[in-house]
Parts: sequence; C-alpha cells; structure tokens
Amino acid sequence: MDKILVVQPAKCTGCRTCELICSFTHTGEFNPEISRISVLTYEKVGFSVPMVCQQCGVAACMEVCPVGAIAKNNVTGAMEVQDSKCIGCKMCTIACPFGAIHYHAVNNIVSKCDLCGGDPACVKLCPSGAISYVEANAGSISKRKAFAAKFKNVFEEVS
Amino acid sequence: MYGWKGQILRVDLTSGAISKEALKIEDMHNFIGARGLGTKLFFDEVNPQVDPLSAENKLIFMTGPLTGTLATSCGRYNVVTKGPLNGTIAASNSGGCFGPELKFAGYDGIIFEGKSAQPVYLWISNQEAELRSAADLWGKTVVETTDLLREATDDDAKVACIGPAGERMVKFANILNEYNRAAGRSGVGAVMGSKNLKAVVVRGTGGIKVADNAGFLNAINDARGKLKAHPVTGAGLAAYGTNVLVNILNEHGTLPVKNYSEGAVFANAEKISGEYQAEHNLVRNKGCFGCSMGCGRVTKNHGKYQGIGEGPEYEATWGFGSDMGVDDFEAISKANFLCNELGLDSISMATTLACATEMTEKGIIPRDKSDLSWGNADAMIDKVRKTASREGFGDELAEGSYRLAELYGHPEYSMSVKKQEIPAYDPRGQQGTGLNYATSNRGGCHVRGYMTAPEILGIPVKVDPDATEGMPELLKIFQDLTAVVDSVGMCLFTTFGIGLPEIAEQYRTATGVNISDADLLQSGDRIWNLERLFNLQAGFSKADDTLPDRLLNEPMKGGPHQGKVVKLDQMLPIYYSIRGWDEEGVPTASKLEELSL
Repeated sequence: MDKILVVQPAKCTGCRTCELICSFTHTGEFNPEISRISVLTYEKVGFSVPMVCQQCGVAACMEVCPVGAIAKNNVTGAMEVQDSKCIGCKMCTIACPFGAIHYHAVNNIVSKCDLCGGDPACVKLCPSGAISYVEANAGSISKRKAFAAKFKNVFEEVS
Repeated sequence: MYGWKGQILRVDLTSGAISKEALKIEDMHNFIGARGLGTKLFFDEVNPQVDPLSAENKLIFMTGPLTGTLATSCGRYNVVTKGPLNGTIAASNSGGCFGPELKFAGYDGIIFEGKSAQPVYLWISNQEAELRSAADLWGKTVVETTDLLREATDDDAKVACIGPAGERMVKFANILNEYNRAAGRSGVGAVMGSKNLKAVVVRGTGGIKVADNAGFLNAINDARGKLKAHPVTGAGLAAYGTNVLVNILNEHGTLPVKNYSEGAVFANAEKISGEYQAEHNLVRNKGCFGCSMGCGRVTKNHGKYQGIGEGPEYEATWGFGSDMGVDDFEAISKANFLCNELGLDSISMATTLACATEMTEKGIIPRDKSDLSWGNADAMIDKVRKTASREGFGDELAEGSYRLAELYGHPEYSMSVKKQEIPAYDPRGQQGTGLNYATSNRGGCHVRGYMTAPEILGIPVKVDPDATEGMPELLKIFQDLTAVVDSVGMCLFTTFGIGLPEIAEQYRTATGVNISDADLLQSGDRIWNLERLFNLQAGFSKADDTLPDRLLNEPMKGGPHQGKVVKLDQMLPIYYSIRGWDEEGVPTASKLEELSL
C-alpha cells in the first residue's frame, strides 16, 4: 500500500527544520521559499501548521496538466513533476486546492513533494514528531487509537 | 560564497542614503560573524567615548555564517552598539526567524548610522531597500507595530521593532522580532529609539549555500543526535522550558529572593516552576528557527491576568517572582507579556522593581511615590506599564536600578554590575558565576559564561560551586566558547549537549574555512579581548570588575550556602593572569600580538 505524509499541527513547534532539509535535499541550498513543505505559523497564539502535498487519489494537478508532466510514481505513489516535460504554464498551481505546488520564476518550472523517493527527509529530521510517513489509511487509525486510549483512561478513572 | 552572504547594508538615517558593501574576508575569518564581526565593524567605526544616545553612535544588526542553515539552532542575530544602560559594548542576540530572513534577502547584516529627523522604518525586499515613514506607528506596541507593518509590506515579512519603551529611550528597552523574541539586554532598543528608527522589516526569498553538502549533513546529524540524546537538550528544555531551573536553583539554594536580601530559597518556588507552568498554563512548545530543542513556551493566563503569549522564561519568572516576593504565576506571566508588548528587558525591569521595592519597604523611597511592596503583584504590573510610558515614578524606574538607587543616595541596593542588573543566580552559592558577573563585557549578565552549567547542572563536568579554585580557568573557556557560539549565529543552549568539536565541524563544513578547533576557540578569545579593549577605551577599569557590596560583604542569610559571600579577590587576579592581562586588567602587548589585534 502507498504511504503518505501525515502532519500533526498540535505537535509542530514551528521550527521550520522540514523546510530547510527539504530545500537542501532537492536543491542543495537552504531556502524555505523553494521548499516543498511550508510551515505556516500564527505567531500570536503560537500555532503552526506544516502544509505539504497530500498525494491526492484523484490529483487535480495531474488532471489539469496539458502536457502530461505530472505522473504517479508507481513505487511510492507520489505525483511527480517531470521537469523535462513541464512548460511552466502554472495550471497545476491553480488547480491544487492546497497550494502545494510552487512555481519558480527563475527556472520556469514547478515543484512539489516527491516523498524523496520513499524516504522523506523532513520526517527524519522533524524534532517533535509532527510529520510521519505512514500507510495511507494509518493516519486516521492512529487518531482513533489515540482517542480510544483517552476513553480507556477516563473509564479506568471512574470505574 | 558559503555560509556568509558577504554583503551588508549601510543605512545613513541622517541623509536617508542606503548602500551595499562587501565584507572583508579577513574580518569574516577572524571575527566569524554576528557578535564578533559586529563588534569588529563597530570598533573600527565608532569612538568608544561616544554618547550612546547620540547620532554618532551606530547600531549594527549582524547574523552569523550558520544563521539560516540547518546547523543546530542557528536562527540568531546580534545587535551591536554602545549600550545606554551602562556604556559598555552591547551585543544582544535574539532567535526566531528574523536573522535567517535577512540572510535569505541576501545580507549578513545592516549598519545604521546617524539619526533620522522623523520616525522611519527600513523595508528590505531582497535587493531592494527603502526607508519609509513610521509616523503612524510611533506610540504603537510591538504587537500593533508588527501587524501594521506586515499589512503595509508583506504578510510573510519578519519584523524587528521597538515598543513605546524604546521610543522613550527607557535605558533597558529592547528590540523584539516576531512579537516575542527579544534582543533583550543593554538597552539596544533605546539606541534604536534615539535614531527615530521604529522597525526593520525584511522579506527574503533567496538561499544559503554551504561549502561541503555531504560533510555538513553529517555534521548536523551528529550534533542533532547528541542534542536529542542529552537529558537537558533532548528532554528537560522541551518538557519544562527554561523554567525547569526554578526548582533546581531553589533546591540548590541560589534562587535569589527579594532583591538578594534573603537566603536564596523561595518558600513557594513550586508555584512558579516550569512544572507548574506545564500543568496549568502551557498551551504548547515553541521552537525558534531550525531548533530541535523547542524550549519556547506558549502560555495562557486564565484568571484576572487573562492573555496569551510567549514565556515567561526562567529569568523573568525569577525576577517578577521570587525576587519580588510574588508567587502568582499568572501575575508573573502578565508582567512578562507587558514587557514584550511595550519593549522592555524583563531582567532589568524586574530587578529595578525589586531594588525600588526594597527601598520603599525601608522608607528610602516615600510611600506617596511608590506603592510597591513585597508580593504586591498589581503594583508591580502597574509599574511595568508606567516605566514604558515614563509616567510618574515610572520615569525614575526607566533609568534602571543603579541610577534609581543613586538618586536616593543608596546605590548599594542596586543589584547590578557596571550598572546592568544581574540575573537569577545568587553568586554567593556559585563562586564561578560571581566571577562571570564581575567580568562580563556587557556588565551584569549570565550568558557571557554560563557557569551554572558546571556549578549546578554538572555540564560538562560537575565542579564545587563553593570553591574558587579552577573557576577562572573554566570561566575563560566558557567565555571564549560563548563568543564563538554567539558569533556563528547559534543558540547558547546547544552547549548543554554539544561542545567545541561539534560546533567547529558545522562551521568548517558550512564555510569551507579550514580552521582547527583550537584556532576557532582562539577567535572567541580574540572577540573577548576586542570587547575588553572597547570598554577600556570607553573609560572602564579594574574598579568596575566588581559586584554589589551585598554579594561581597553580606553573608547569605539562609539555605545551603548560609554565611557565604563571593570571594572575588581570590579569583580576579588569577583570571586577569590567565587572560594575559596585566594587574590592572589591561591586555598585554604580547597577548594582543598573539591574537593579531
């Protein structure tokens, strides 16, 4: 089964380590602007949300691309941009509901999360465990488990 | 270029002229960046005898070569100037994301000189930079200013600004970025206010390259692994923030109480501890740029002091807590929130209030002027507001504890060194910390050589805090290493878990500068001596390397260190000697030659 990135904003400290390792892994420099993952921080209340491609089942970016430059990697399940085919029309950036594809004016190409070929660098370096790489259906199961554990604790306290 | 960007902005506030300059390779290699390089540029350009609040003083924002990279906790920038609180060389550093953003815009730093006729802010968008009117921002809090400037420029811009306290040149006003991260000490915000500079706003979309990608990745993975494995950097700071220290220091008997007037054990320490904060007020942990430790606290007050914000850190908790006899955590938190909104250094604010409270309790300051009393949280919070606005008694508080105590004829009640307030560690139970306070190049300060680490936490080795033997030698290493850490752009807290080898390897692989560990540490020595030279030329001497009389001659009244005083005279001559300074504390010619100064 395909694996996906699952983010847990409640665990995120807003440190942006994921942005740094992402841009470094893909481009060899530290530049959050061209990172495929972005941490949006609401500083006044100290809440941060890492935003990254959801690798949609029906991917609007892939559907809308006029030259077939976005294709699914059959090993990882990631929708990947093939730079050699991309014409820089930016339709995918409009189609993506999450803003997860970024256009680079300098190179006239777009970039998005490719799951680092199945070994995402951001997951390895996230210091608070806010990003995990799990089986596609495991994300919701782990949430159910966490909530069930709460029930169990409450039940044990009252019984 | 690797690590550094190699370029700075020079902003003449008098004429409005803005220019770009290349940094000298030699300066970068010898003084590293941030605190070191900022001090080198400042020393070369400014007369040490300058009036800190005059147009002739300069204000330098400087990042380090590791700032903005994935090196361990490297989001920091330094503000270097001559500080108005005491006239020493001031280098205050702050975390968050402002420093990295400046690098992403293409600059290692900014030199501000002169004085603007009208309130202005500097807006930097990559290679474009312009001064804009800040007339509508004058009088606004840090929160209001930050919000308005983001609306006026770019939602993703990073803002470093002063609050009303900086505008009114409160002697310990600070500079805040992203609402809550502060270049806190020495009154750097007052210098910014004196220049009519309300804020620096920056948006950068470029990147930073390192020299050896694979080597750098190995170096950061090694260092991060060690930080994760260490109980302080991997667990303690994340669990309880810096307030993890409250119970530890109290148990050790060096948590100062009521302006250092009592034995350093606070009866209700538990109620102001990191453990209490985590249970009652913690919303979540907050990390600065690229930080794996995440010691920041997002705190929410639920009762009469309602609000949400960052902190309080250990020093503010101590200052508004045990040092004021206050055991209401939310009151402490409120005072801290106000310091951040108004742009005040919480350490100097709290310690000045403790000084004022003791003098009020003793009848030296009349009751019709001051309603402060031990444990009176509402009066304390009211005075924080009035200090920032210089209203009534607040105008006297705004000058700091030394000038306040001197005004009433009792400078001995100011717990300060070189007129800057000392923080949250009673040196009568930590001899090395006493020597650190006395010799710090910016006056009373704990983070120039954090001797609490070996004295109490046993990092990297446990030493007997009541002994003086070996303290000068250990302190020199701590001071030199701290100068390196501050200059590369790293957070000092990393040094609980990593040391010189890990820092040097990150520096080498990032910059491509092939320098030995020992030579890098010598750069710290060089920076320390340059700061000392500045202070000597500014008029400081051996007589200023001292402590408040209370700490030298008034034995501790209770706790594990009862009866102790700081034996400074046993340590200072040895310290001068191992520093390569003469008996008057002046660097010898051979020492300066050794350091190429």
